Amino acid sequence: MRILKFLLRKEFLQIFRNKLILRMIFALPVIQLILLPYAATYEIKNITLSVVDHDHSEYSRKLINKFTASGYFLLTDYSNTYKQALDKVENDEADLIVEIPEGFEKDVIRQNESIIMFSANAISGQTAGLAVAYANSIVKDFNNDVRVEWLPQSRLSSIPVIEITSSNWFNQLMNYKDFIVPGVLALLVTLVGYLMSSLNIVKEKEIGTIEQLNVSPIKKYQFILSKLIPFWVLGLLVMTIGFIISFIIYGIYPAGSFWVGYLFAGVYLIALLGFGLLTSIYADTQQQAMFIAYFFMLVFILLGGLFSPTENMPDWARYLTYINPVSYLIEVMRMLVLKGSSFWDLRYHFLVVSVFAIVFNSLAIFKYKKTV
Amino acid sequence: MLLEKEIVIKTDKLTKRFGDFTAVSEISFEVYKGEIFGFLGANGAGKTTAMKMLIGISIPTSGNATIAGFDIYIQTEQIKKSIGYMSQKFSLYEDLTIKENIQLFGGIYGLSDKEIKSKSEELINKLGLNNEADKLVASLPLGWKQKLAFSIAIFHQPKIVFLDEPTGGVDPITRRQFWDMIYEAAHNGITVFVTTHYMDEAEYCDRVSIMVDGVIQALDSPANLKSKYNAESMDEVFLMLARGAKRGE
Repeated sequence: MRILKFLLRKEFLQIFRNKLILRMIFALPVIQLILLPYAATYEIKNITLSVVDHDHSEYSRKLINKFTASGYFLLTDYSNTYKQALDKVENDEADLIVEIPEGFEKDVIRQNESIIMFSANAISGQTAGLAVAYANSIVKDFNNDVRVEWLPQSRLSSIPVIEITSSNWFNQLMNYKDFIVPGVLALLVTLVGYLMSSLNIVKEKEIGTIEQLNVSPIKKYQFILSKLIPFWVLGLLVMTIGFIISFIIYGIYPAGSFWVGYLFAGVYLIALLGFGLLTSIYADTQQQAMFIAYFFMLVFILLGGLFSPTENMPDWARYLTYINPVSYLIEVMRMLVLKGSSFWDLRYHFLVVSVFAIVFNSLAIFKYKKTV
Repeated sequence: MLLEKEIVIKTDKLTKRFGDFTAVSEISFEVYKGEIFGFLGANGAGKTTAMKMLIGISIPTSGNATIAGFDIYIQTEQIKKSIGYMSQKFSLYEDLTIKENIQLFGGIYGLSDKEIKSKSEELINKLGLNNEADKLVASLPLGWKQKLAFSIAIFHQPKIVFLDEPTGGVDPITRRQFWDMIYEAAHNGITVFVTTHYMDEAEYCDRVSIMVDGVIQALDSPANLKSKYNAESMDEVFLMLARGAKRGE
């Protein structure tokens, strides 16, 4: 115990003497929490629209007005021909072309139907898909308006219509930030915990001080604990800073208990730091450790469900998310912040992450050798 | 006369192989309490590998050895409590102050707070570092760093201190001072096991061994070696023996 006290004092002195790391610990949560939620938004607004109106009728004007009034589209161009509009798409000046045929109004009134064409720039498939979906619902709306105008009042009421209204639970306004901010919090804890712990032992290897420790009567567990505890504390500190910032900027705070959040992050950090220690045991230089850490971070984040829901992944990728500790933290953070889940609701997550903690740390203790 | 001396290091056909390469081949020798034992050899002769086995951070392929009476296979933890070590690479923490380094290693070797306090004050006084005690080690010149590293290696009064090329890159005056410190430690009963490339330093040792290609070619006092090989200095003795080496750097 006494040895551990001295080792911990050394680690904390070193961390707090490293001004750059200290600044990063504060700057990282602030900047990530400010930037990421805005940069990583799913909502697509300001879709640039090019209209080719061959009809120039009251109806075509009404339809175009509906597009511009929706808030999703920015009318940037009126072209005379489809070809001209296509040039706009090629120059990246338009995302969607709406072509209204000649006689559109006439056909709608006389024949009860007409055809308009949407052409979307599918360089970004997501934008294109959403643009067409928005456009479809606008046209559907337009259809209803026309029907109301032409059907006699008495007949209208006899048409059975099933209307679907939905209510979004746990995030009623479908506020994207409520969804992404807890994920970014999870990311922050992971980044600080994993990177710092994986680089730490390697640094001692590189400068040769580890040899001095290896010839001393320090026990393995004392050494490992002296490396775990400081970063465990730092990880929780960063999470606290993150909570404060997300409350100040976004007004987001857990609907559930803070203590459950800290308890989970505490267990999670033990698992993650164990993994960081494993990384640093296998790497001989900080460069190697950095590269390994970067590789895992990227995989963890992409398979963690931060940006894309894990439910959308193919089966094999979804199975990978089961062994990705980061995905558990992201999920728990969201459940806590949005749903207000209790410890009992999260028992499965606690169990899995505890298993990770035991496995990674046992491996780290087993693999760390005081001999060369 | 030698028989009366207490043996603190004893090796018997100690060998280390890395694959096909035999870094250290069946070395057998004894080191007595309180002596300064020079462990010489050209680069790549196997000195550092041999030393790493003795300090318990490298497991021998075969052979036996006892350090301070403890077996190097099964009693490594007891060995680690009874030895001090100063490696080739400077290995104090540069981002800690002189005082903090002393306290850290004192604590690791189980000294009490009171002991650490009184002994570190004494040490800082002795080294004349009163004004620098709260400065980072990184700010010290190399010569001072080496003296400090040595002082910390013997801070817990080990039975044996292992020094791996302790004076590499240090100026002659500091080297002389460094050897004064070694003499003082030996006088206080600490056995000194030292590797070096400087043959004038070899002359200061009580006995030296010269390793060539993983084998100990000669082992005696510098005076005896010089007369045996009919040489003027240890430098000549070393060149005579090391010239036969097949392994380069």
